[in-house]
Amino acid sequence: MTIFTELGRYLLMLKGMFSKPENMRVYWKEFMHQCSEIGIGSLFIVVIISFFMGAVSAVQTAYQLVSPIIPKASIAQIVRDTVILEFAPTLVCIVLAGVVGSKIASELGNMRVSEQIDALEIMGINTKAYLIAPRIVAALIVIPMLVVLSAGLGIWGGRIAGLGSGILSSYDFDKGLKQNFVAFNVWFALIKSYTFAFIISSIPAYFGYNVKGGALEIGRASTRAVVISCIMILFADYILAQLLLNTSGG
Amino acid sequence: MIEFKNIRKSFGDKVVLNDVSAILQDGKCNLIIGTSGSGKTVLMKCLVGLFEPDHGDIVYDGVNFSEMNDEQRKLLRQQIGMLFQGSALFDSLTVEKNVMFPLNMFTTWTYAEKRKRVNEVLDRVNLKDSNKKFPAEISGGMKKRVGIARAIVLNPKYLFCDEPNSGLDPQTSMVIDKLIQEITVEYNITTVVNTHDMNSVMETGDHIIYMYQGLKEWEGTNQDIIFSKNEKLNSFIFASNFLQDAKDMRMLEAKGKIDNNRNMDELLK
Repeated sequence: MTIFTELGRYLLMLKGMFSKPENMRVYWKEFMHQCSEIGIGSLFIVVIISFFMGAVSAVQTAYQLVSPIIPKASIAQIVRDTVILEFAPTLVCIVLAGVVGSKIASELGNMRVSEQIDALEIMGINTKAYLIAPRIVAALIVIPMLVVLSAGLGIWGGRIAGLGSGILSSYDFDKGLKQNFVAFNVWFALIKSYTFAFIISSIPAYFGYNVKGGALEIGRASTRAVVISCIMILFADYILAQLLLNTSGG
Repeated sequence: MIEFKNIRKSFGDKVVLNDVSAILQDGKCNLIIGTSGSGKTVLMKCLVGLFEPDHGDIVYDGVNFSEMNDEQRKLLRQQIGMLFQGSALFDSLTVEKNVMFPLNMFTTWTYAEKRKRVNEVLDRVNLKDSNKKFPAEISGGMKKRVGIARAIVLNPKYLFCDEPNSGLDPQTSMVIDKLIQEITVEYNITTVVNTHDMNSVMETGDHIIYMYQGLKEWEGTNQDIIFSKNEKLNSFIFASNFLQDAKDMRMLEAKGKIDNNRNMDELLK
């Protein structure tokens, strides 16, 4: 199957999601269930990686800034901007592509193989609207929240590592945290997290929904979904950086 | 009434159904039989709209399925119940929630009303005290019964069963067959069963369609099978010497050559 055929089927799947729900209450329940699955289910890993990436970022920045003319507060500023601009949205979303993406692909794949999707179709339910839309909407709401939490925890991790290893004082860290703050960076991180959330949920949903075969194919679809989601996240990351960040220096 | 005319379906170069036509009888147990790969599952999936035939018409009560819009198809599907080969129960839901699912989706009943209906149908399929169990905690036969309960909970007009006996022991198979037969009569449903279980064929087949390599090879009742001269059908149904002997006995009974009320205990003394 060519890439254009796959793309066409993916777009048709997205188009197929838009229909009047058979029963709004059941859809709402499914949406809330997915919010909990995606949000609570990946909270632990997000907390751990966010804290440590902030801590490592502080230590490694201090290691590289050897010149005595660069103020210590710059370490905090670099940690802040690195975490907000790249680590929190991109790194966390790549991890979530593995955690959430493989879960969505294997769940839907298993439902397809065990004829549960067919059973829903027979009942007269739009399976794209009932199974895929709540997952995508839940991801669009919960993943940006996780990214904001990750940014906060990353900076906090940097502070604890900085203070704990005696790299800089709390006064220097707080000073650096506030200096040259660009509010747009936060918006940029949010725009990225919405884009990545859509990629993380819709691509695995496509691969899971269209599985044909058995357990082996579910595994393959899951792996393929994660790999393609990661590539698309990195590609979108570059495109968004080019489009939204003023890199001309003017 | 369900009628299908000149159904043709292929996957790539492989023609799976070739010009198949039949009328399924209302309020009866219609069986589609045939060897594995004969096209019976594809035919059933075409009938319920899971596959789109390449050619031909499927007509439900005079309305062509291919000419129905999405809304009409949705309404028709709410009149269809289906039991899948692997039962297709939702893993994350309990038995009760599985059966309640169509009610949650398509009715505005209160929870008490829905529970009452769920208990009614679970009682009907002889499943008590399993409401809170998950599909992984029940046996294959129980799963099939939950599947039947879910299929009939909305009082459908049509019931489709895809190999209801697969993976079951002969005794449980008979229980499921009997249940399908009773439900067909009780609810006045048009039932379509896809099977290659010989006991089902002889016990429940009000109307039988025999498929062979994508073609309709034979059509009749379970009584007609005994006297059928169709070689392909005979070699499929009465494949073993034991079944061939059973057929001969039935033929002798029907012709009055042996007493069908004979006392076997006496004869075997």
